[in-house]
Amino acid sequence: MSGPVTRRTLLAGGTATLVAAPWVARAQANTLRIGMQSILSGPIALLGTSSRNSLLIEQDRINAAGGFLGRQIEFVFRDSKGQPQEAARVARELVNTAGCELLVDAEASSASFAVQEVMRDLNVACIHTNSETSSLTADPKIRVPTAFRVARQGVHDAVAGSLYLADFANAKKINKWATCSPDYAYGRDTTAQYLQFFKKFKPDVEVVTEAWPKLGQPDFTEVITKLIQAKPQALFTLLYAGDLSAFVNQGNVYALFGQMTVATPNVDYPVLAAIKNLPAGIQSATRYLETFPDTPANKEWGQAYFKRWNERPTNWSWQNSVAMHFYEAAIKKANSLDGKAIAAALTGLKINSPFGADGTITMRDDHTTIGYAIGWGQTIPKDPFITDIKPADWGKIIELETEWKKQQNYS
Amino acid sequence: MDFNALGACFTTPACVVTQATSGLIVGMLLFLVAAGLTLIFGVLKIVNFAHGTFYMLGGYVAYSAYVATDSYALAVLAGAVAMALFGVLFERVLMSRVYGSNVLMQLLVCYAVVLIFDDIVKIVWGPEFRAMGMPAAFQVPPLFIAGGVVPPFYAVLIGIAALIAIVLSLGLSRTRLGKTVRAAAVNPQMVSALGVNTTVLFAIVFAIGGGLAGLAGALAGPVRSLSPGMGFSILIEGFIVTVIGGMGSIAGAMVAALIIGLVRGFGTIGFPGFTDGLIYIVMIGILVLRPQGLFGRPL
Repeated sequence: MSGPVTRRTLLAGGTATLVAAPWVARAQANTLRIGMQSILSGPIALLGTSSRNSLLIEQDRINAAGGFLGRQIEFVFRDSKGQPQEAARVARELVNTAGCELLVDAEASSASFAVQEVMRDLNVACIHTNSETSSLTADPKIRVPTAFRVARQGVHDAVAGSLYLADFANAKKINKWATCSPDYAYGRDTTAQYLQFFKKFKPDVEVVTEAWPKLGQPDFTEVITKLIQAKPQALFTLLYAGDLSAFVNQGNVYALFGQMTVATPNVDYPVLAAIKNLPAGIQSATRYLETFPDTPANKEWGQAYFKRWNERPTNWSWQNSVAMHFYEAAIKKANSLDGKAIAAALTGLKINSPFGADGTITMRDDHTTIGYAIGWGQTIPKDPFITDIKPADWGKIIELETEWKKQQNYS
Repeated sequence: MDFNALGACFTTPACVVTQATSGLIVGMLLFLVAAGLTLIFGVLKIVNFAHGTFYMLGGYVAYSAYVATDSYALAVLAGAVAMALFGVLFERVLMSRVYGSNVLMQLLVCYAVVLIFDDIVKIVWGPEFRAMGMPAAFQVPPLFIAGGVVPPFYAVLIGIAALIAIVLSLGLSRTRLGKTVRAAAVNPQMVSALGVNTTVLFAIVFAIGGGLAGLAGALAGPVRSLSPGMGFSILIEGFIVTVIGGMGSIAGAMVAALIIGLVRGFGTIGFPGFTDGLIYIVMIGILVLRPQGLFGRPL
């Protein structure tokens, strides 16, 4: 349509806007806004974007089913770039200015602890979906009444991974290890947990060198050559996303993977796809795999995600999806959006899930999830990328986690 | 600090070769970025805070060219040429308007360009990291020299960067254009009064600077992840090199880049967890002894 805007059309438009305004405002007011914050740019933006993709699928599903308490939901996304101060500011802004009534904190651990502190002042429910650092919920001093974690947890992975790697190392007679993990809370804490359990299951383990590259470091050459000098038999790394891809690509240049066995719990589909020459035989945890758990529901979810986004989901994707399943069940149970009411409903809640080891995932009393699928296997350069997967024993995980919590004076 | 490990490394040829190669590759890529930065400052007395953006865009353009042609050589060429052209555009459209302005105004313009192009990269290539992957020609086992590991790909990169350093050095000292650029660095008014078209000259300087940064981004493409905002970290190290070498000195940039590279290479053995701090200590030490930098003119 073209032509000059006349006084008459302007007046007509203005009148229409005035008449329609209350309806529009009412419709907007009725929409339930859910704040989501994460790292949405930079080398580990995969964490945020694959979380956001998953939440948008959930938004459509939930709205098609009638929304939460009859209200359509709408996500408000914010990029904190993973900086703790910015993350704290964004969390307040989402609630106080953007009017969000629920929060999904999809930050990495570096920022989740900052968000956790903000939650003490805000009476809204918050689910941390990507922070794996155990103390976020395990430490009663850090735990917050209205904040929960729907994510894999460092100590769970450490027990599962250490049991698997101890068997692997015994079979291959490997006892000289090196570690290379990102230099922040998650990397330091989780590496320490892995080593603690690993040494428990295999007491002759010797750590010959440690490397702590910065998050988003562009060049790993100095780290790789340091690892080569130390001559370990195996390397354990917690690098992830773009950092892991760059590390593997740069490591290939030095034939690093021919000189030592590599073990990592952090291999996701898009990272596997981005690593052009994925070495075979990396001992790897299953972050998210369509083939583990090998169930129709899991495969269907993975393929639906691919169909919508033309890329495959990550570990963070399923965690964010499950967070929304927990919100959905808890809000229905509480029949309220009040932070305390949702918290009460979430505590101890068990839901059916394609990502559960036995088809269910439980929100434990200490505000963290258990029962999600964990397995370890080894990489191959093509689909399904990880084979020979051995599922973790959740009974053993809980037993050793309880012991660890006692040592930390957490319970 | 682990002086025993460092001492053991210096007495082991394999360790010296491996760490020196690692230092050289880090240093040479850094030199390509810092050379442009220092050249622009030397001639125009402008600190190009947007230089990291050239590095980032060079990497992304090379990535797209590589995906389209499957040729690493063409990808590198595309990254360098595109950034040389972008340098001219950047100088003509934006920077030429703030010559002689307050440094804060120049900083503001550069910072705006950084933010705008970080977002453009997000829109065009997506917010997630991209990886070019190693070209087939370089998917070969590393060389072992005196027991040390020397990756052929890095040997080639070091060779290319060294060649460019020589060409740049000879170009500046032997050619008419180079002599004019050097003269303009000392006295631009006199150069202009002698009939040299400084408008074209300044654009050429930005083209060379931008092209070098784009080349560095493109060369590093197969091993480094590409992501929006990646130019920032290289910019910081580029500045450190420029300051240590002496603002405006190409030779200084080369020496300083090699110092930083070698400090990184060997520092990781002797000072694990403190390599970044070590670089700043080296910088402070040099500036205390020579405030103008290693090859800079006295302040």
